[in-house]
Amino acid sequence: MSLDPATIRRIARLARIHVEADEVVRLQTELNGILGWIEQLNEVNVEGVAPLTGAAQMALKTRDDVVTDGGDAERVLANAPARSGDYFTVPKVVE
Amino acid sequence: MSLLDLTIADASTGLRRRAFSAVELAAAHLDAIEALNPRLNALITVTPELARAQAEAADAALARGEAGPLAGIPLAIKDLFCTDGVRATAGSRILGPFVPPYESTVTANLRRDGAVFLGKANMDEFAMGSSNMTSAYGPVANPWRRRQDRDAVLVPGGSSGGSASAVAARMALGAIGTDTGGSIRQPASFCGIAGMKPTYGRCSRWGVVAFASSLDQPGPFSRSVADCALLLRSMAGHDPKDSTSADRPVPDFVAACARGVRGLRIGVPREYRADGMAGEIEALWRQGTEWLREAGAEIVDVSLPHTKYALATYYIVAPAEASSNLARYDGVRFGMREEGSDLTELYERTRAEGFGAEVKRRVLIGTYVLSAGYYDAYYLRAQKVRALILRDFTDAFAHVDALLTPTTPTAAFAQGDRMDDPVTMYLNDVFTVPANMAGIPGMSVPAGLDGQGLPLGLQVLGKPFDEESVFAVAAAIERAAGFDARPTEIVA
Repeated sequence: MSLDPATIRRIARLARIHVEADEVVRLQTELNGILGWIEQLNEVNVEGVAPLTGAAQMALKTRDDVVTDGGDAERVLANAPARSGDYFTVPKVVE
Repeated sequence: MSLLDLTIADASTGLRRRAFSAVELAAAHLDAIEALNPRLNALITVTPELARAQAEAADAALARGEAGPLAGIPLAIKDLFCTDGVRATAGSRILGPFVPPYESTVTANLRRDGAVFLGKANMDEFAMGSSNMTSAYGPVANPWRRRQDRDAVLVPGGSSGGSASAVAARMALGAIGTDTGGSIRQPASFCGIAGMKPTYGRCSRWGVVAFASSLDQPGPFSRSVADCALLLRSMAGHDPKDSTSADRPVPDFVAACARGVRGLRIGVPREYRADGMAGEIEALWRQGTEWLREAGAEIVDVSLPHTKYALATYYIVAPAEASSNLARYDGVRFGMREEGSDLTELYERTRAEGFGAEVKRRVLIGTYVLSAGYYDAYYLRAQKVRALILRDFTDAFAHVDALLTPTTPTAAFAQGDRMDDPVTMYLNDVFTVPANMAGIPGMSVPAGLDGQGLPLGLQVLGKPFDEESVFAVAAAIERAAGFDARPTEIVA
């Protein structure tokens, strides 16, 4: 599988990364190089093998469904690039 | 002996005997940082006030006879760990303005035990790299130089390159890092120090900036195997805030270092004899097996047939997890923002400006392999190969107690080398990545020098949650190797 410029732009859109027109060609070469190298996995016989999702060889723990933290808007907002009162602000979404 | 040249164990003894104070020990290291950091760039942020305050508290605790196991020990902390009130950048521009309002569990554990924090160590951006060349805060220099080519500045490895460089250069007695595909073991090998990646789940990941959550694991660096054991003892332990953190007792890792290897079966995986491996690395590996045999271990040939696929599997799994983890950097809640005319443009401009080239590549690869129509061909297939890699290790560990391999296929390379093609850089991690895929513990221990006078490490791999055998084997190699070479760029 080889990525064309339109696919590069589509992936960049999905990843929410702005890509300039002149970057598309470079990314196309690099990403196709990586994907071409990854193709070697097609040699492996994975018939009947269950996928391994993680390295933690144990059951995930559950805990009581209670609030253990929170109520600290000031600390949560301390790193906000822009705020208004106790809210994060972004450009207008709804006219 | 200079205060900078002590092991952590000896520094602890000296502090308890009042041969010197924690304040003196911290000051000596802060001076070394002032002298060397402009050249090595190992630390992004130096925290002298914090270090002095912690050292004073350690001296007071020592005077009261209530000192913790790491009281007064000066450490460097990889800038991937959130530290309350101290900037944490993850080596990225996008987190340049980020001052965490909370403390990671691992650093909180170190504080509880009395450690002193000298500063935040440089690293590849979001821990993505094997050379520390991808940091937005500039590359880190390895304190070692080639004998024949003194002017060439070498990389310290990555991603925890600043941590390794700082410890090798005697700017800190120890450091902590994280290892997702070799990011502790490879820089430890390149810088001639010890570095341990524990079993996945041994240390809490809470408060560690996430790269690939099923692979990331914090671990220690130091100039002796026993010092790594001491640091890990403090770092490890169950944490309810990380659901993958293991709820099991933390053994006495230091005691394990003195166990010896008599009667242990050590596997030598034949698939690690990679084409193009430097002859002196192969010779050192053979020497390592001889040392262990002489110390009473039995050496056994083993096979890990899917080894050659581990790296390609990693470059699907890790970018896939990264593309999801890094979605949080959107310019809205924390970190930098690049304004846009609408919300989508704000996201896209912020991420275009905030992420470096390697991070963008991996986020794009990850987005692609998880996208509709390609998920089964790439991601699901990689997870199945990952299961086979784990099965290889499980089968091998039915017959042996630990495995011995080289840590890296080469010694440290020069800054700027291997930058032409991403895959060439990825091949650095060929011997370290399989342990992350399987979640098993691994350690690099300095074992010798190459013809250019550069350090080379051997890697010990163990069964899940059997770090004790890894420490026992690594300590046996350390004793036999008697590695006492010192880098060029040090004050001590």
